[in-house]
Amino acid sequence: MKKQSTKSIALRGLFYLLVVFLLVFNLFPFLWSLYSSFRPSNQLFSSDILPPFSHDGQFDLGYGIANGLTLDHFRSIFADPRFVAALINSIIVSGATVLVALGLGSICAYALGRLPFRFKGPVLYLVLTMTMFPQIAVLSGLFMMLQTLGLFNTQPGLILTYLIFTMPFTIWVMTQYFRSLPKELEEAAYVDGASPLKVFWEILLPLTMPGLVSTGLLAFIAAWNEFLFALTFMITEPMKTVPVVISQFSGVDPRQFPWGEIMAASMVVTVPLVILVLIFQYRIVEGLTAGAVKG
Amino acid sequence: MAKEIDLYARQKRLAWFLVTPAVFIVLLIVAYPLIQVVYTSFFRAKLDGSVEPKFVGLDNYANILADPDWWSAVRVTLLFTVFSVGIEAALGLGVALVANSKFKGRTLLRVAVLVPWAIPTVVSSQIWRWMFNQIYGVVNVIMVSLHIVPETDKIAWLAAPATALPVIIAVDVWKTTPFMSLLLLAGLQLIPKDLYEAASIDGAGPLKKFFSVTFPLVLPTLLVALIFRTLDALRVFDIFYVMVQGQAGLQTMAVYNQIQLILFGKSGYGSAVSVIILLIIMTFVVLYTRLSKTSFE
Repeated sequence: MKKQSTKSIALRGLFYLLVVFLLVFNLFPFLWSLYSSFRPSNQLFSSDILPPFSHDGQFDLGYGIANGLTLDHFRSIFADPRFVAALINSIIVSGATVLVALGLGSICAYALGRLPFRFKGPVLYLVLTMTMFPQIAVLSGLFMMLQTLGLFNTQPGLILTYLIFTMPFTIWVMTQYFRSLPKELEEAAYVDGASPLKVFWEILLPLTMPGLVSTGLLAFIAAWNEFLFALTFMITEPMKTVPVVISQFSGVDPRQFPWGEIMAASMVVTVPLVILVLIFQYRIVEGLTAGAVKG
Repeated sequence: MAKEIDLYARQKRLAWFLVTPAVFIVLLIVAYPLIQVVYTSFFRAKLDGSVEPKFVGLDNYANILADPDWWSAVRVTLLFTVFSVGIEAALGLGVALVANSKFKGRTLLRVAVLVPWAIPTVVSSQIWRWMFNQIYGVVNVIMVSLHIVPETDKIAWLAAPATALPVIIAVDVWKTTPFMSLLLLAGLQLIPKDLYEAASIDGAGPLKKFFSVTFPLVLPTLLVALIFRTLDALRVFDIFYVMVQGQAGLQTMAVYNQIQLILFGKSGYGSAVSVIILLIIMTFVVLYTRLSKTSFE
């Protein structure tokens, strides 16, 4: 009996060790870059990992914090017009992409999930195939299309291309969502003489709000993080988005690679996302798994 | 009765009206460019239109297959795919099993797991590039202080394929294991609890339970997740482009394609590369839709 419990305590210890390892593995790179973004350049480019806690031969926490952390990198990126322009571009492009994808995607999903439609099967198959479509395969075609339409190097052009990966996903997840609502909901309304559009607008849409929030958030993250199209279709400095600018950061001082600024810029674009994800974690997990496991 | 028929007709009309805009846009941004890509792949042409396009038949395809850089890109992509997806599946299953059991701090773990997933790929690539910086990177600094490598001989991680590829795989594993474990967790939660109780009554230990209950039942989800991730890994671009910047010997198929197309402006040749990549990936898509047994009706 005694032996059994020592063994289970040991197993439990091992288990928590594993949990701690997973926590460190998941969080360390993020925390390290957060810390790097606050370190003065002279310490960033040295062999010291920790802030200068020892002062006059003694441990001094206040001295370490006062001399080991700085807002310089954040000041410098917000004074850089390239970064500010990129931030604004990213917000406009991602925001508009989400609105268009949700707007057109959810009405299409309502039709596919709720209304009689002869080509439901083929359209849904097309939509699912599109969610896995490799963007690189249409890069040259889109390049030429945007130039023909006069939308190359413009925000509307980039938004249009972003619908490739946001709209099929929105349609797919929202169709599953509309399907899962019970049939009785609309029947009563139809008996009362409501039109199909009214049923959609007043009864079904409010019920799918949680689904709209999670797909909208996932679409926003995907658009915010997109790199290949932004790199290829937005080529002049004021049109670039945040991921492109972060990948090409050259900094104020050309002789030194601006790691402090890169880390600060990285944190500015990442921390809001991380907070959003933490707030909406249940919705996100729901949206992610609905896309791949169900069906 | 007449009213019901009327309602049905109205619903059908509305359905057409609602589906059309979305389908139109998808056709505009996928079908049209795709046809253009296939068409251009049979021509010698420049992206900026500086030379008159000339029909060359299958020459572009023949040239690609004769280019050692293309085969190097295929090799790098396959190595990356096999190792990253393999490690992600094993780790993801581990994390899912841990997250599925009851313990203090379970919510914390689930939240922590989502952090790497939420970080833009370009940003995570830069973070890891900084951590693996030869002179000031935290990894080398720690290795020196632990006397694993001498101060004078720090490792230039990203300079050579032999060390760069493992680092790049680690970044992808870090970023994507959360996604994998969330999918697998959803699969684990579908397993009925009474199966475990029945196994306990039969005297099965934890290992036996894993191999005769958990694993077989989570296998369908695992397969779907594997194909899903394989598709993603085969078209990898961001991590390689940011971390090693198109360095020779460290290009993936997508990086090779983008460089030929945009940097060299070879639209005919680049389009042919796109077609080849598309064919490879679509094979997996078909496999995926077959295996996942999705219903479309």
